[in-house]
Amino acid sequence: MKPAPFDLVIAESLDEVLACLAEHGEEARIIAGGQSLMAMLNMRLARPSVLVDISRLRDLSYIRSDKGWLEIGATATQAELMAWPELATRAPLLAQALPHVGHFQTRNRGTVCGSLCHADPSSELPLSLATLGGEVVLRSRRGKRVLSAAEFQTGMLTTARRPEEMMVAARFPVQDKETRFAFREIARRHGDFAIVALAAMTLPHGVRLGVGGLAEAPTAEDFRDLSDSALDDALNDFAWRLGGADDIHASARYRREMVRRLGRALIREVAHAETV
Amino acid sequence: MSDSRTATAAEAAEPQTPYVGRSVLRSENRALLTGRGQFCDDIPVKRGTLHAAVLRSPHAHAEIESIDVAKCLARPGVLAVVTGEDMKRHIGSMKIPVDAPLEYYGLAVDKVCFAGEAVAVVCATDRYLAEDALDDIEVVYRPLDPVLDPLKAVESDAPVLHPAVGSNLVSQHHFQHGDPNAAFDSAERRIGFDIVYPRNSIPPIEGFVCVAEHLPETGGYDVLSNFPGPFGMHSVMAWSLKVPGNKLRLRSPPNAGGNFGVKLTMFPSMVVMCVASKLAGKPVKWVEDRFEHLIAANSAPNRVTRVEAAYTKDGEVTALRLEHWDDHGAHLRAPMPGPIFRMHGTTSNAYKFKHLDVTMNIVVTNKCPSGAVRGFGGPQLYYATERLMQRIAVELDLDPLEVLLRNILPADVFPYRAPAGAVYDSGNYARCIEEAVEQGRLADLKRRRDEARAAGKYYGIGYAIGIEPSQSNMGYIAIAKSAEQRRKSGPKDGAIIYATVAVDASGAVNVVCDSVPQGQGHATTLAQVVADQLGLAPEAITVNTELDTEKDAWSIASGNYSSRFAAGVGSATYLAATRVREKLARIASTTLNRPADELVFADGKICDPDNPENAVPLRRAAALAHWSPGSLPEGMEPGVRERASWSAQELMTSNDAGEINCELAYGFIFDYCGVEIDPVTFDVKVDRYVTAHDCGTILNPALLEGQIGGSFAAGFGAALYEEFVYGDDGAFFSGSLADYLIATAAEMPQLDVVHCTPTPSPVTLLGAKGVGEGNTYTTPVCIANAVAEALSLEDVVLPVTPSRLGALLLESEREPSSPTAKTAPQPAKGGGRNLVGDGSVDVPAPPEEVWRTLLDPDSLAAVVPGCRSLEAVGDNAYKASVDIGVGPVRGTFRAEVRLYDLEEPVKASLEGSLAGALGSGGGTGEVRLEPHEGGTRVTYSYSAQVSGKVAAVGGRMLDGAARSLIQQFFKGLVSQTGGGQGAAGAPGAWRRLLAKLGLGT
Repeated sequence: MKPAPFDLVIAESLDEVLACLAEHGEEARIIAGGQSLMAMLNMRLARPSVLVDISRLRDLSYIRSDKGWLEIGATATQAELMAWPELATRAPLLAQALPHVGHFQTRNRGTVCGSLCHADPSSELPLSLATLGGEVVLRSRRGKRVLSAAEFQTGMLTTARRPEEMMVAARFPVQDKETRFAFREIARRHGDFAIVALAAMTLPHGVRLGVGGLAEAPTAEDFRDLSDSALDDALNDFAWRLGGADDIHASARYRREMVRRLGRALIREVAHAETV
Repeated sequence: MSDSRTATAAEAAEPQTPYVGRSVLRSENRALLTGRGQFCDDIPVKRGTLHAAVLRSPHAHAEIESIDVAKCLARPGVLAVVTGEDMKRHIGSMKIPVDAPLEYYGLAVDKVCFAGEAVAVVCATDRYLAEDALDDIEVVYRPLDPVLDPLKAVESDAPVLHPAVGSNLVSQHHFQHGDPNAAFDSAERRIGFDIVYPRNSIPPIEGFVCVAEHLPETGGYDVLSNFPGPFGMHSVMAWSLKVPGNKLRLRSPPNAGGNFGVKLTMFPSMVVMCVASKLAGKPVKWVEDRFEHLIAANSAPNRVTRVEAAYTKDGEVTALRLEHWDDHGAHLRAPMPGPIFRMHGTTSNAYKFKHLDVTMNIVVTNKCPSGAVRGFGGPQLYYATERLMQRIAVELDLDPLEVLLRNILPADVFPYRAPAGAVYDSGNYARCIEEAVEQGRLADLKRRRDEARAAGKYYGIGYAIGIEPSQSNMGYIAIAKSAEQRRKSGPKDGAIIYATVAVDASGAVNVVCDSVPQGQGHATTLAQVVADQLGLAPEAITVNTELDTEKDAWSIASGNYSSRFAAGVGSATYLAATRVREKLARIASTTLNRPADELVFADGKICDPDNPENAVPLRRAAALAHWSPGSLPEGMEPGVRERASWSAQELMTSNDAGEINCELAYGFIFDYCGVEIDPVTFDVKVDRYVTAHDCGTILNPALLEGQIGGSFAAGFGAALYEEFVYGDDGAFFSGSLADYLIATAAEMPQLDVVHCTPTPSPVTLLGAKGVGEGNTYTTPVCIANAVAEALSLEDVVLPVTPSRLGALLLESEREPSSPTAKTAPQPAKGGGRNLVGDGSVDVPAPPEEVWRTLLDPDSLAAVVPGCRSLEAVGDNAYKASVDIGVGPVRGTFRAEVRLYDLEEPVKASLEGSLAGALGSGGGTGEVRLEPHEGGTRVTYSYSAQVSGKVAAVGGRMLDGAARSLIQQFFKGLVSQTGGGQGAAGAPGAWRRLLAKLGLGT
């Protein structure tokens, strides 16, 4: 289990990364924490010819709250975000979701932006981005692009990032005190890839439910009519649209059922609190 | 150390409080916890040692049409490539215990029989290079139909794995003990059902490691490896390598990172690496990686058992009939199919069953070959007996514990000869159950059950009993042969254990044993045993558990398996220590003027018990034996080194009925647990688990709890998490530890261990019984019984996953409000991991143009994702080289595609295959074209199967990956047919299409 040969570029500056990406395009792959990519390299599932290590770009390890956005730089780790003192008040959903991201050992190295770029359909951070309506900041030598979660998350392990681009930051909208959140995940063991992950948040009129683990990218849907039968109907159609696939851990049928059951429970949980 | 005693001189004449029985801290800890353990991969190798990488089959069943290694050999740094043909030229087929014309050479010869089977070995100057070079080997396979299910495998029309055998039923064995037919005829009640025990293992942290060196000067081999024995495999290896035993030197490192029986079956790989070293002319090192371990090391045999029992209306079982289909995967490798025979003696478990009828069908299928996983046949057997007891309780509406008690052997029967031949040495099972019920607070668990049920939850209590055998009788494997064959090949019985205790001229004590442990604390325990005999502290005693077959005392039974340590190695070491004691006592007796057998050993002295002042330091007595042999008592051998070889006389050969005392000592386990199942998610939570053990004399309670906790973790994993999963096509889906789920500390429930009043074994010298495997036997079925009770299930399939329970408990699925909401492709019927899908896309070009694009090699090349080259090789048949992937996962594949049933420009069928380093796949599809809004609506459906590495580690991604590739294809098609350039001209269609594909810009 040794990787195929590659050239390693240990970047000292963002310019160097962007130059490298401009030169090598799809042949280059950025590595930050390496918690997904290293396994793929070692199993030779991925064979980039150039690996660009950005972990020394410490000026991109920031976590800051600015103009209504919680912005997380490319090299900030999941553990650093979890330890950010204002997380529970400014991004309660992330505070709930992060403990489900792998294990503390992997969170110590894994980065927030890395997880978003990896775009595993069952991952918690892409789900949070989709549910909260976050955005990502991409940089290339030609300039900067800011994409919404929906624009960015195009499919399984696939994003709208262009080969010459690097995600320099992720932005999550800072939440007001009135919005309530719930997060729930079903996995075979704690820290495993989610069979189903669900995130709910209240809207001014209704509830938004985001689901990971079924479709090829996390998917959020707004539910306005929360009366019993209307909600059940809407959740049922949502579950079918998400589809899901059988794998060795759970059937598509089970996943859809969990969307119906837990989706309902989560929506009720956040909506109910509103009336209290 | 907190346990060390500091004795005063006044106490010296008193025998010291025994160390045996105390939780002496492990002497092994310090090195292991400070990173100073020496595992096989840590041991430096000779300069020039090569590193091996193994090419593995992506197919479950295929003929090997050709293997071309020329390009691989030409790569700088590659010194040798070994194939199955090379193996067959250099070695003899590896011997197996059953009489069947099965050949096995460690690498595939002519055909592959499971996904992951080793096909070739590359030896290169480093491991990276060796893995690079694997891609250079060209293997042409001709896929065959696989067979995965043991019942289907024995059907007459099943594909046959080994043509020389002519059937996948390698052997069949039938045993009758007592008069089962009469008992069934006169039965008051009968019950019959099938159980299925899944494929699982207990994967060690450290995989197989070996460094093999061919020694041209002697023609022999030297192998350093973490092979743990039994060293009976040494003769299998030597025979295969065609060298006398003394030309095959096996050495073991000081530490091993787990074994759990799994490492026993690394011996074929050791033989392969020996041949690789011979061909390469240099030592060869191979370190098995995690993927290799999961896909190809081994698995406990999965088993289907048809259970039939005759029982009374009071719930007493009078006769048991079992027919097993024991699935050993693709090959039999010694000592397989040993487990089913090893446990045969205890078929009646701890019960009074008198009449047994057992049929064993030894079956091969296209899965990884089986191995000697911890538990060794016990989990499979007791899954049958203990599910039976639960089922009878339900039938009779009795408390399951009541049924157990009505069948349990009474305390006055020991030694008890069970119908199938096991001789249970000691026990008081009913008392043990009583203590467990009391100390484990069963009443409390029942109260929790009642409360949970009252609250509308699913809650059940399960019970299980298991006889835990230890120290195998080497003769058990002989019952795999007929009585006549047994007479012909000579008797097999016993189990020799060697231990050596030596005292040097300074009085320092060394112990060497043949146990080859992997962290159980053998050194600690043996130090306790010897310390008690010689009146020393355990810290003063050095124990070496490494084995070197050229220098150390060993025999076929040596090694680390069958829970032989406490029963066997403990006995032999005790024997050697008593001999040293006797010798030193005789030496001391000449100066102390007391008879040797009256002297007391304590605090480093040999004393007159009545006069503590009258003492000789142990070191003085030892020194005399080294420095002055002439001063020793008449006839005494010089030096102090006593080597004991011990084999218990109770381990006799089998009789003609195949009845055999398969093991030496028999412990008793009684488990119960409460299980709650979440009514929303079907998550299974073990509320509390109680396990009670009588393992005779306890040598070290802390180490005992470690063994119980470890075997419990394995059994718990087997119940709820662990399974090697295969697709219907034989593709392996459990190739990483994200797929093969081992229960971790986070999942462990509360485990309450009850140490029952021990019944010391009369047949082991310390009264101890082995305890290495117990809960692997009882825990899976105990949890299954609890689930059965909670949900009123007749059949419980392990591992009990939420999704599996959902399939049982969920009503039919509610349909969406409109059929179009079902965007996702529906899975194939019948389980399996077929990738199937369908869909449609609109292409902004007329059907004729789409048709031309699909049938023109040049334009097709532009459409196929990642196409590097494409050539027509016949009418509408193409060969291509493609780079495809999803996200960062990419690989180069050779593709072959053929279009047929063409109806221009309306529809076409296609079939094709892909093969590359990441795996292989094949499938069929259909494409239909119809005019739609000035363009074409392309409707497609496909069915594909993927095997190899990408299936093994990327199973949960496969469906999405397939869809993604199809999206890429149609994106290419749109682009090729003018959609790309025409986007500005036909923005509506372009946008619609991209949106449909999820490819919006």
